[in-house]
Amino acid sequence: MRVVHVDAEVLAHKRSGGHHLVTLVAPGVAELHRPGTFAELTLGGPHSDRLTRHAFWILRANPSGTYGGTVELLVSERGPGTRWLVRAGPGTTVPLTGPLGRPVARPKEPVPGPGVALEVGGAATLPLAARLKERGCVVHVLLGARTEARLHGALDLRRAARTVQVVTGDGSVGRRGELAEVLGGVLDQQAPDVVYAAGPVPLLRTAAAEAEARGAWSQLAYAGPMPCGTGHCQGCLVPVVGEDGIARHARACVDGPVFRGDRVRWDEVGR
Amino acid sequence: MSALALRGPLVAASGCLRVTRTLEDLVDLSTLGAWVTPTVGLAAATGPSGRRLWETGAGLVHPTCLEGPGISGLLAGDVPWMVARKVPVIVSVTAATLGDYAELVRHAGAAPGVVGVELRVAPPGARDLGLVPVSEGFHVGRIVAAVRDGLPPGCSLVVKLPALPDRVVDLARAALDAGADALTLVDAAPAYVIDPATGRPPFGDVAASRLSLSGPALLPLALRCVHEVRVALPDAPVLAGGGVRSGADVAAFLAAGASAVQLGTVLLHDPVAPQRIHAELAPTERTAPSVPTERESP
Repeated sequence: MRVVHVDAEVLAHKRSGGHHLVTLVAPGVAELHRPGTFAELTLGGPHSDRLTRHAFWILRANPSGTYGGTVELLVSERGPGTRWLVRAGPGTTVPLTGPLGRPVARPKEPVPGPGVALEVGGAATLPLAARLKERGCVVHVLLGARTEARLHGALDLRRAARTVQVVTGDGSVGRRGELAEVLGGVLDQQAPDVVYAAGPVPLLRTAAAEAEARGAWSQLAYAGPMPCGTGHCQGCLVPVVGEDGIARHARACVDGPVFRGDRVRWDEVGR
Repeated sequence: MSALALRGPLVAASGCLRVTRTLEDLVDLSTLGAWVTPTVGLAAATGPSGRRLWETGAGLVHPTCLEGPGISGLLAGDVPWMVARKVPVIVSVTAATLGDYAELVRHAGAAPGVVGVELRVAPPGARDLGLVPVSEGFHVGRIVAAVRDGLPPGCSLVVKLPALPDRVVDLARAALDAGADALTLVDAAPAYVIDPATGRPPFGDVAASRLSLSGPALLPLALRCVHEVRVALPDAPVLAGGGVRSGADVAAFLAAGASAVQLGTVLLHDPVAPQRIHAELAPTERTAPSVPTERESP
């Protein structure tokens, strides 16, 4: 069993800047969790007429919580579904499927050069950076957000990463600007073997190109909508080139969400 | 010809249940009476990049896309995967010419474990996709006649019809007269949507004719089509589907005259729907349906 579907229960809410941290009791999911996997939730309650589900990175998983295995999700209020979730009281039932997706490919042994992880937000990078550090890898993190309130995990990341650079659109913390603008300079300075990135498609496209130009591998996490999360709906297709050299669509939910940057046909993405 | 060999009354509808490495973790395949494959053509095909789904009240709007591995890829991959797990398989096909239909059905019917072939004769946007156009009964009859002789004994011919209550009886009669064994009612309904942010449909340059609606919003329309066919053609074996969410919805289709019921959009929304809905059925509804062929019925 690699994936389970459970009626999870909301255990606790916490505000974190502009985000919400939602902890759910989800027996079985925490035990199976690996960095880079996500949980797919049905939001809105049993009487909602919404048919699409929502994907969230699993921020932390605790297999041995007092109430059974729990997962912590980073939720930002974006629409009716997420609004419902951040207001759902303790004990509210939320159908949850997880952990889904292939975990991030990690080096089996410490690699000689450092890795650079970049992200808008911060939910995917935190567990990844911790794992990489356990493997003896040096990690430099670039974190971006619109404003300070949208930033997550910068403090925790400082424990796992050699350096953490923050970039915000309004300059409320760190450097003012966009991640894509500073990426090239960081890559030149650190000369990483691997570039990890999570965020919207333009960022992933830039990360893939900048890594490629410097001969580094890239591991890029799709963070767009995943309407079913289980491989059936074709709502999260990413145009890729297969190992056989043939162009096709991969489903981010089951074939990803993490892709090797040089396998994605970036000129086709998001058209 | 033998009756369509279903193992139970719940059938996974075309394109709504795909083989993945986690499928068995989530779905109890023994609760499926059969699996209808995603629709394939002769050759492998890719669809447009960009948006494929748009959510509406109790519904999903999507362009018809015939993306897939083609008949050879399907018969070499997902079909044997399901057959190895004892799931009866119905292969869904569509084609640009009568000759292609005949070749598809011959290939599919010859594959081990395939109990039926479902002809998707009129998906929304068929003309823009270059498929054999179907608007009149004789169009359907011509397709059925072209494929009928290529099917081996033990493999049933099912025709999937569009969600058009005022046309469905004519199309159904033509299909049965030409030798179809059963009908699938209904395909996704023609639809159109506007993205309020842009004032345009959210699917880029995809032709509007290809847009269709699935999900619970479709259920009463699908029931109406089943009812019309049942009244006009009382002996027609019908696999009904459209917006089923629960055991009660299955019971409604059975009461309207269906022999078996297809689960579609619910499989996207609830990954454990087959076993949940199976458990919600009354014991009498759970028995494997007899879907006699039209030829066998008096």
